[in-house]
Amino acid sequence: MSSPEAKPYPGTQAVEHGKARADEWPLFEIFIRGQHGLSHRHVGSLHAPDAEMAIKNARDVYTRRNEGVSIWVVQASDIAASSPEEKGSLYEPANDKVYRHPTFFDIPDEVGAM
Amino acid sequence: MSDHLFEYLCRMGDNTLVLGHRVSEWCGHAPVLEEDIALANTALDLIGQTTLWLDLAGEVEGAGRNADKLAFHRDVWDFRNLLLVEQPNGDFGQTMMRQFLFDAWHLGQLKALMDSSNAQVAAIAEKSSKEVTYHLERARDTVIGLGDGTEESHARMQAALNKLWPYVGEMFVSDDVDAALVAGGIAPDPASLRPAYDALVSDVFLAATLEKPQDDFAHKGGKSGKRHSEHLGHILTQMQWLQRAYPDATW
Amino acid sequence: MYAQMIKSTGDGVKSLDEMEPQERAFQERINAGGKIEPKDWMPEGYRKNLIRQIGQHAHSEIVGQLPEGNWITRAPTLERKAILLAKVQDEAGHGLYLYCAAETLGVSRDQLTRDLLSGKMKYSSIFNYPTLTWADMGAVGWLVDGAAIMNQVPLQRTSYGPYARAMVRICKEESFHQRQGYDIMMKMAKGTPAQKKMAQDALDRFWGPALMMFGPSDENSVHSAQSMAWKIKMNSNDELRQKFVDECVPQAEYLGLTVPDPDLKWNDERGHYDFTQPDWDEFFDVLKGNGPCNTERLEARNKAWDDGAWVREGLMAHAAKKRAAKLAAE
Repeated sequence: MSSPEAKPYPGTQAVEHGKARADEWPLFEIFIRGQHGLSHRHVGSLHAPDAEMAIKNARDVYTRRNEGVSIWVVQASDIAASSPEEKGSLYEPANDKVYRHPTFFDIPDEVGAM
Repeated sequence: MSDHLFEYLCRMGDNTLVLGHRVSEWCGHAPVLEEDIALANTALDLIGQTTLWLDLAGEVEGAGRNADKLAFHRDVWDFRNLLLVEQPNGDFGQTMMRQFLFDAWHLGQLKALMDSSNAQVAAIAEKSSKEVTYHLERARDTVIGLGDGTEESHARMQAALNKLWPYVGEMFVSDDVDAALVAGGIAPDPASLRPAYDALVSDVFLAATLEKPQDDFAHKGGKSGKRHSEHLGHILTQMQWLQRAYPDATW
Repeated sequence: MYAQMIKSTGDGVKSLDEMEPQERAFQERINAGGKIEPKDWMPEGYRKNLIRQIGQHAHSEIVGQLPEGNWITRAPTLERKAILLAKVQDEAGHGLYLYCAAETLGVSRDQLTRDLLSGKMKYSSIFNYPTLTWADMGAVGWLVDGAAIMNQVPLQRTSYGPYARAMVRICKEESFHQRQGYDIMMKMAKGTPAQKKMAQDALDRFWGPALMMFGPSDENSVHSAQSMAWKIKMNSNDELRQKFVDECVPQAEYLGLTVPDPDLKWNDERGHYDFTQPDWDEFFDVLKGNGPCNTERLEARNKAWDDGAWVREGLMAHAAKKRAAKLAAE
């Protein structure tokens, strides 16, 4: 996932979005679920010839210190990402929906914890 | 019995010690970063297992030696590792072929040892078998991938197999030590592991498009300690140098 | 540091008023402590500088495996062997994380590697020094990792998101590296006379090169000013070097070892140690390729890369066959 603004780096094969470079091991994004039941979390990336080897590589690279009990790998070129220009339309509309947060509501102390 | 058990534990610990040493030689020199890290993990597991086996050997011997003493203060004729594991790394393909041929035996051995009548042996086997299951999986995938890869990688893997196959037979040879341990319910008869081993490696060679050599000639002398290859001495000169040069130092 | 002598492009730092709106928004975001992410707009100079800096940092980790890897097969106990191996393995991991961060800027790891191997890109000068005794494993961990940590901790707040995240992970893992080095030094310094001599000799040889790791004084450098404005450099070289000396001197005293600097003394007024600058002529010689191990280091990396080509190609060819077989079966 490189910057769309990036000028080609000399020597690096240019590829269209969604394609891996033909002469290099593709890049995979690694997601790991830890011991404590939280969701899989993006921990980093690595290269591998295919998804199966990417899982093994992720085991060796990203779980050396007991970090995880489950691994997802996704080829980086398969990830669709929102674009920064859409920041306003995507995220700002949530700003004024304050009633979605529990602190919006005043509950008297004598009611107890809620 | 305790002499035989000591001997046997040295065999287990020396295998992992010498192979761990060999694999660690790759650190910083592997074909790709991910492999560098994976090889280091394998070496770390093997070094850890060495400590467990050789500490127990020292305990059984009862002469006050621990794993370090055994690893760093014995000479070639005292070592009981298979000839296979002292073979040089060669290219990456040869290293992974050696790893696969060893792991396939090692896992079978450890699985059998988990039922050992000796609780300490069973416990070490249980812990090690988890690590070795992964070693075998990774080595198998690599052997298949490279065997079935390009023309060059195929040729290199076939050459590695041809070169190392004569060191496979030694893993299944029985002697007095084995007989005593079988009688005591401590360890399996080496020959009993062969059919499953042959089935496993045949499947993998098929997937890897590799041909198993016809000749089953086996070099021997490592596990009995009667005749190691010249390579082991060179390993020891490196591994033991500090301990030998500064015997009164602690590190 | 691990990225020494990074020259920024451009002619100095522009003020906000001189910037076009896009660049101004970019700079204001950095000023406010915000992060720049891969898909965000960024000035070409920022991107180029980052590729060079992160790339050089990554190369340093990779080449940095070699001087310590040199002692793995000779480590004196099984435990020391395992610790050292785990440590050198971490360096490979850190190189990997950093290359991935650089890749978000549009360069591939293989290309960065080729630029290292051809000598086009540099790595830290420190790794061109030889490791001659076991005490060097102590000195490298204590001094070299100590210097590196000093630089890397502030970089966790750097403006480029992927770089900052890589640094967070690296700093977390690296915390044991310096300690294991100092632990070796303690054993040696309090050991036999021969061990103590080894420890002092290691300190003597690594002190100067460790001070050089921070790079020459950059007080008046426009390049550094630009990097600091972009928050891809967080402190001046002299500032970090001073901090390093101030921390190391008491640690050396505890070991009973002598820092090889006759003019080293505490300056009450400044609240810092006064110390002698390292030999900068030597530094530039090493940078030019004339260090004691430059040739061996690059040869070793080139050999690993060349010897590994058939492996990388073989595994990729197998993956392609597997994909094709799967498609045919569907």
